[in-house]
Amino acid sequence: MRSLAAALALVAAPAMAEVTPDRAAALEHMVTQDCGSCHGLTLKGGLGRPLTREALANSTPEGLALIILDGVPGTAMPPWRPLLTEDEARWIADYLTTKDTR
Amino acid sequence: MKRALAFVLLTLLPLPALGQATGDLGLVIERATGSLLLIDRSDRAALGRIEGLGDLSHASMTYSPDERFAYVFGRDGGLSKVDLIDRKVVARTLQAGNSIGGAISDDGRLVAVSNYEPGGVKVFDAETLAPVADIPAAGKTIGLVDLPGRRFAWTVWDTGEVFVGDFSAPAPQVTMIGNAGKNPFDAVLTADAHTYLVGLFGEKGVTAFDLWSDAPQPEKFLTDYGKTGEDMPVYKMPHLQGWAFTEGQFALPAVGRHEVLWVDSETHAERGTTPVHGQPVFIIAQPASPYVWVNFATPLNDTVQVIDSRDHSVVATLTPGKAILHMEFAPRGAEVWISSRDDNKVLIYDTRSREKLAEIAAQSPSGIFFTARAHQPGL
Repeated sequence: MRSLAAALALVAAPAMAEVTPDRAAALEHMVTQDCGSCHGLTLKGGLGRPLTREALANSTPEGLALIILDGVPGTAMPPWRPLLTEDEARWIADYLTTKDTR
Repeated sequence: MKRALAFVLLTLLPLPALGQATGDLGLVIERATGSLLLIDRSDRAALGRIEGLGDLSHASMTYSPDERFAYVFGRDGGLSKVDLIDRKVVARTLQAGNSIGGAISDDGRLVAVSNYEPGGVKVFDAETLAPVADIPAAGKTIGLVDLPGRRFAWTVWDTGEVFVGDFSAPAPQVTMIGNAGKNPFDAVLTADAHTYLVGLFGEKGVTAFDLWSDAPQPEKFLTDYGKTGEDMPVYKMPHLQGWAFTEGQFALPAVGRHEVLWVDSETHAERGTTPVHGQPVFIIAQPASPYVWVNFATPLNDTVQVIDSRDHSVVATLTPGKAILHMEFAPRGAEVWISSRDDNKVLIYDTRSREKLAEIAAQSPSGIFFTARAHQPGL
């Protein structure tokens, strides 16, 4: 089911990831709390690198979504693909690169 | 001490709440709001909230020998000294950009902080928080513990190096005692200050250092656990401060496996494996019992399991609430306090019946720290 959704997402190639408002709130909570375990609640870094908008200035949302989904081998960054759809990863990437201006 | 007591009596007697004994108090980290909830263990109640602590994700603390003050180590590099009687922050220093934990010296005179950015260990006067020593490191420091004789040990995530610093003389003496291995994620000291155990993330295994020895050598064990299966993603790094030592065994979290590993504390031979609900985060011994309690990494973090250290079987599986982050036992083991971050509650369980006794409202609670920690080496 997830792979079907992922395939459809690829075909549709949305410019911005679409998630429901409820899911967006859950994802935002996840970024703060679970990503925050390593990256800091304020995302200024910890065991993981800082994820502030400034720190991500040279990152693209597409690239960040891939890192979220597949992790960074050889580091403590795990692949979140078992827990997130591609749309959800892309929503988080968009959120991280734009959040300070919201 | 006498003068301080007289001072407290003279000035605070008209306000009975302020003369409170602290032996059954504790603090709960409210990570999202940068506040602490002061709790009374005997009354199973919150007494008040202390605010202004900064970024408290992954925060921890240690207590002064008189159990009056807590030293709180914040993620943002803040070191705060909190007075449990006056219920306020009495000193605070932003001592680094990013920090991870700390320790108090055996004599209660020095507080050391383990920093990520810039990496290293900084040591402060416990009374004033004035800087005493600054020991840079070649990376993020983890696993900082106190050793007898006003010493500390710590480990560097990036290089695997393990250091012992002696701060008993005006000029600190820092010695590299060996290399633990690739990417050590945390370390812990046994209660007898005998063995410093370093957990590895970058390779399989745990490295032990015999700190009773004059020349400790690294001894690696558990180097091939779970070799028959594929490792799973680790969505939260295990913590080792609660590593359990029961029945002559260490109970260790497998990294990337949903297992608790049992190792003989003398020979370091593997004694067994317990399949569990998820990636273990804390494995904590219930005092005065054969049981250890385990919580798990997201997304399986609504569950707590109890394991019997005699036969390694899971004897209870509880679902206390959403996002269970920490467990703290009453010093004699009668109760366990469990933080449920996403239910905004601290849950109190009877350890014999394993039934819930009470709950306390808290804002995104994580670590729970009872003042009895003041008297435990390594905490």
